[in-house]
Amino acid sequence: MKAVTWCGTQKVSVDNVPDPTILNDRDAIIKVTSTCICGSDLHLYDGFIPTMQKGDILGHEFMGEVVEVGEGVPGDKLKPGDRVIIPFTIACGNCFFCKRQLWSCCDNSNPNAWLAEKLMGYSPSGLFGYSHMTGGYAGGQAEYVRVPFADVGAFKVPADLSDDKVVFLTDIYPTGYMAAENCNIQPGDTIAVWGCGPVGQFTIKSCFLLGAERVIAIDAVPERLEMAARSGAITINMADEYIYDRLRELTGGIGPDACIDAVGMEAHGMTLDAAYDRFATATFMETERPHVLRQAINCCRKGGTVSIPGVYGGIADKIPMGAMMNKSLTIRTGQTHVHRYVPKLLERIQKGDIDPSFVITHKLPLSQAPHAYKLFQKKQDKCIKVVLKPGM
Amino acid sequence: MTTTDRTWSQSVSEYSRRPNGRRKSEQSQDVNVGGSERAVSMAAGSLLALVGISRRSLPGLLIAGLGADLIYRGATGHCHLYDAIGVNTARESGRPQDYFERGIHVEQSYLINKPRQELYQFWHNFENLPRIMSHLESVRVIDEKRSHWVAKAPSIAGGKMEWDAEFINDEPNVVIAWRSLPGADVDNAGSVRFLDRTHDRGTQVSVVIDYIPPAGRIGKWIAMLFGEAPEQQIQEDLRRFKRMMETGEIPTTQGQPRGTCDGSGKRQQGW
Repeated sequence: MKAVTWCGTQKVSVDNVPDPTILNDRDAIIKVTSTCICGSDLHLYDGFIPTMQKGDILGHEFMGEVVEVGEGVPGDKLKPGDRVIIPFTIACGNCFFCKRQLWSCCDNSNPNAWLAEKLMGYSPSGLFGYSHMTGGYAGGQAEYVRVPFADVGAFKVPADLSDDKVVFLTDIYPTGYMAAENCNIQPGDTIAVWGCGPVGQFTIKSCFLLGAERVIAIDAVPERLEMAARSGAITINMADEYIYDRLRELTGGIGPDACIDAVGMEAHGMTLDAAYDRFATATFMETERPHVLRQAINCCRKGGTVSIPGVYGGIADKIPMGAMMNKSLTIRTGQTHVHRYVPKLLERIQKGDIDPSFVITHKLPLSQAPHAYKLFQKKQDKCIKVVLKPGM
Repeated sequence: MTTTDRTWSQSVSEYSRRPNGRRKSEQSQDVNVGGSERAVSMAAGSLLALVGISRRSLPGLLIAGLGADLIYRGATGHCHLYDAIGVNTARESGRPQDYFERGIHVEQSYLINKPRQELYQFWHNFENLPRIMSHLESVRVIDEKRSHWVAKAPSIAGGKMEWDAEFINDEPNVVIAWRSLPGADVDNAGSVRFLDRTHDRGTQVSVVIDYIPPAGRIGKWIAMLFGEAPEQQIQEDLRRFKRMMETGEIPTTQGQPRGTCDGSGKRQQGW
């Protein structure tokens, strides 16, 4: 089968690889009908994530049709022919963390837990297509994928909802929703969202869905700010104005009630600390560029919340701990606990509260993945979200 | 089976507290070389001494010195080198004293979201243990007290190590303790304890393993060089146990597809 493989910094290839097989009883094999490139895939593409090996199959936002199930998957839960979306985090359903709805912290799904423990103390769950530290699982930018713990990790979707409407339940819609939910939005709240990529777009929509009075969207890419404005956000172009000043003015001198960092480790900035990050990452003193995180901490009102859906992987420098502590901030973060949100977000889609396909700007065949990655990374051709179609 | 709450480690640590428990510096006169080895040592030492003396040179003196040491070793049965690295070829069985002097002690515990009874049932049948302990090849239950164990070893060490083991304590759903019987390729003893945790947290499983590495401390260091620190190994064994019990399987990516970046692909081997 064809699969998109990681081949070094800013190099992906479409290889002809063996088809996946059932390796454990609770596995299922999915024939992929739609698979997307995520902003966090760009961290892999740009070489920021360690423990990648040439030939690793990428992709963690995918959906399709079940073609085979292992013996441990009950027929009433899942069977060949079912159309499903698969959360990007792999969860067993039985451990301390899964039982407490902390699905992305599953204890049992990372075969390389010993490695993640060395860096993080305890290992998060396994992920599809996201380096050997998270298990090295073959990802879903391919024609077929093997899904472990399929009795827990596959959610059936109704036939009357097209792929475009439901594929984002795999990652970015629940990610944006969890980021907004973590802000504990109260009536009258103003939420500031850094990053108008696909996750930021879903974050903005979710903030309104959860009752925010105003959402302020921050980015530098015009078409992304326009999309945010269409969702009702007030926009700040960071290339044109100082974010802190504008936020202070918009909120009457108090600051936003919550700040959301939907950018993560590869933040762009034109300030001194952003320049420091460029230097420090180039000399391996730092593994990320937490420029937006610093801004979010600085701009947040006292007693507010900083919600971090943006992906970070290692060690960040120069974090304003003093501001965080003295302003009584609450920090809420985590890889998305997708399983927690799929049922209720699917319901919102069915009810018509939201049509997630609004973020899609490009649909390309799987064979054009190298071109698609370049388009997405350079934000060319007004690219915001790419969906790859194996069948195209 | 004793009703007192006794494990091998307790035997060992009790030994260390006895008034005549010996420190390493006091064992300089211990016999630690086996019988036939002593004879060989005497013969080789005598030969070397003769050769060295006949040379009448500095190298010859050194050779004679080595020969003298081998004669001493054969005559007294005590080898300083063996002392330093913790090897004893004179005795066969692992007594608490031996574990205290030369043993490796590993303790790990893990929280498993299953009732004590289920975990005890799995562990009590020692034939299950190779499924979670990567260094074990097989375990065969002989009778209600004894079992025969086969462990993997580097091929230069013979490829495998075997021993018979017996239960020394068995309290249903509470504790299981066992130790190897005399004649083991590697003396070892272990125990596993199951403890309820409150508020739906499951069972805390605590494992203690004591063993005497065959090549002394050098053996342990060599094993660590090849990525097998005993603490790490036991922790991974326990992690496999937890995963087996909580999910019914061990997560893996062995055999999954991967690319070669030149258009083709293969199946994954290794992590």
